[in-house]
Amino acid sequence: MDLLYKIFIDPFIQMGAAPDLLVQTLWEGLVAGVLYSLIALGFVLIFKASGVFNFAQGIMVVFAALTLVGLHEHGVPAYVALALTIAVMFVLAFAVERVMLRPLVNQPDIILFMATFGLTYFLIGFGELIFGGEIKVMISDQLGLPKGAFDIKFAGGFVSLQKIDIAAAVIASLMVAALAIFFQKTRIGRALRAVADSHRAALSVGISLEQIWVIVWFAAGLVALTTGIMWGARSGVSFALSIIALKALPVLILGGFTSIPGAIVGGLIIGIGEKIGEFYWGPLVGSGVESWLAYVIALIFLLFRPQGLFGEKLIERI
Amino acid sequence: MLYRETGQYKTSYAADMAVFPIVQDRVGIAVILFIAAVIIPYFGGSFLIEAVMIPFMIFALAAIGLNLLTGYTGLLSLGTGAFMGVGAYACYKLTTYFPGVNIIIWIFVSGFFAAAVGAVFGLPSLRIKGFYLAVATLAAQFFLSWLFLRQPWFYNYNTSGAIEAPTRTLFGVAVTGATSTGVTRYYVVLGFVVVMTWLASNLVHGRIGRSWMAVRDMDLAAELIGIRLLPTKLLAFAVSSFYCGVAGALMVFIWYGSAEPLVFDVDLSFFILFMIIIGGLGSLVGCFFGAALIFILPIALRYIPPHFGLPIQPATVDHLQYMIIGALIIVFLIIEPAGLARLWQIGKQKLRVWPFPY
Repeated sequence: MDLLYKIFIDPFIQMGAAPDLLVQTLWEGLVAGVLYSLIALGFVLIFKASGVFNFAQGIMVVFAALTLVGLHEHGVPAYVALALTIAVMFVLAFAVERVMLRPLVNQPDIILFMATFGLTYFLIGFGELIFGGEIKVMISDQLGLPKGAFDIKFAGGFVSLQKIDIAAAVIASLMVAALAIFFQKTRIGRALRAVADSHRAALSVGISLEQIWVIVWFAAGLVALTTGIMWGARSGVSFALSIIALKALPVLILGGFTSIPGAIVGGLIIGIGEKIGEFYWGPLVGSGVESWLAYVIALIFLLFRPQGLFGEKLIERI
Repeated sequence: MLYRETGQYKTSYAADMAVFPIVQDRVGIAVILFIAAVIIPYFGGSFLIEAVMIPFMIFALAAIGLNLLTGYTGLLSLGTGAFMGVGAYACYKLTTYFPGVNIIIWIFVSGFFAAAVGAVFGLPSLRIKGFYLAVATLAAQFFLSWLFLRQPWFYNYNTSGAIEAPTRTLFGVAVTGATSTGVTRYYVVLGFVVVMTWLASNLVHGRIGRSWMAVRDMDLAAELIGIRLLPTKLLAFAVSSFYCGVAGALMVFIWYGSAEPLVFDVDLSFFILFMIIIGGLGSLVGCFFGAALIFILPIALRYIPPHFGLPIQPATVDHLQYMIIGALIIVFLIIEPAGLARLWQIGKQKLRVWPFPY
């Protein structure tokens, strides 16, 4: 009885007693959710266009951020470093297409998935070899990102909003809007959607698969760079980020592998769910619930909707 | 020339269906067993036995477990590390509660604990498929890692948070703990690996294995020809976790001697997954090839450069190792997506028809 009370009643009493804390936790969850969504977005872009479940997206985030910071450490001005990093991400996209995807065309999905594992390991080694493994500080000042926090008075207490988090949310929404316009309105965007629908049909109307893949991996690289900057500004740039990037996986299965809105909504649900869960229910079982709660939330959703919230309905034929 | 089946006539159905239908194969396996059981323990150094052969065989056992699930049943799992952890922690709890019972029995029994946990986490597999299932198994991975890290009951409330293998004897010889010799532990692992590989081989060649492969090739069609999906998939999860659990128990009790929860984190799962992909999905011999390549290669990388007088920093070696493993995975997938086991088969076929091309 006591346990039931602690599970079902106590947390809600706490929420009611301190609404400012609740709002603060919600905000934290929202921000974490935005970052999860950004990583998931990179996955979705590549999965839609090439059917590759790109495990390396998390490490691409780290790699992009490391390149940016590393270049700046070697005396390159911040904005030039940014441009150079974008160039590096393009070269990476090009190399991945040339070396990895092209010889593996028409292989089963799991083989391509494993190849991205190989890419992950390669990038970890490569990044550490060149830039070193220690935690670096993101050059947020030089890039003109805001610092400090707003304090908003609310319900007898106050809620503190980091400006960098607000910037992250704004930039994320801008990027999603840009991607949506890109997908819906431009010629390349239409070609991308055609490839996502059917590789063969797209080939037969003269769309170059190779070109599309480079573009998609480059787009995912840009998303990774943005994510890397935002996340790096919050918690430093290190390879520990790639474990956090695994959190994008439950976001993906929640939203569906092929849906951009799904990635966003899924990210927000997971982000808020795990922060609230950790803060109000975590102490019941010992802390650290955050590490698996996201997966369990996703698993429960999956049992009811195996294709995710916005995924395409699975139709199976013999 | 030597490897040829000319003149070997099979006069019964059993002979035709044998796992090793050719005499040369049977001789080959006998030679390998002889080398493993006699040559290595008597002539190998302690480094070879304790740091190379023992872990290699343990990883091969875990790889067999994952291969039964992923290679034979087609269910992608990223929870191997956690299932190995279940085996290790179950064995630790059992042997500290009942110190009188033989450790070999407890290692075996801990496999059943892992099997039960695996079957529970395998339940969603009926509804969830492919990569979605892989992520669902990650739930098992992170949940179980958290359990081992944060719930003191699992490590008997000791201050270090690690589990340590106590000294246990078999026929008066120390098998685990600080006083046991490398050779004894080697024989224990060898025994487990040989027996369990033999069991796995019989399993996949029999009715159960065939129903697993039918599910892998197309689960809807398998259901239509009368294979019940849920029991088949759950059995695959249970058997796979059993193998992983035993491998995990061996890992802590025979190899490491003590272990922190971090040993069984998600990296271990990926590591085992690499082994079966490189070795070959759906092949038992491939598990050994994969384990050899993925485990022994980094050791070789560490020891070869100093021989040539190349001054490389240890940290650089680490980074290079990551790069080389990553590149190797990609290269192997491009050359032979079906893994080393397929290369082995092709080689045998070539030998069979030599000197003719086909």
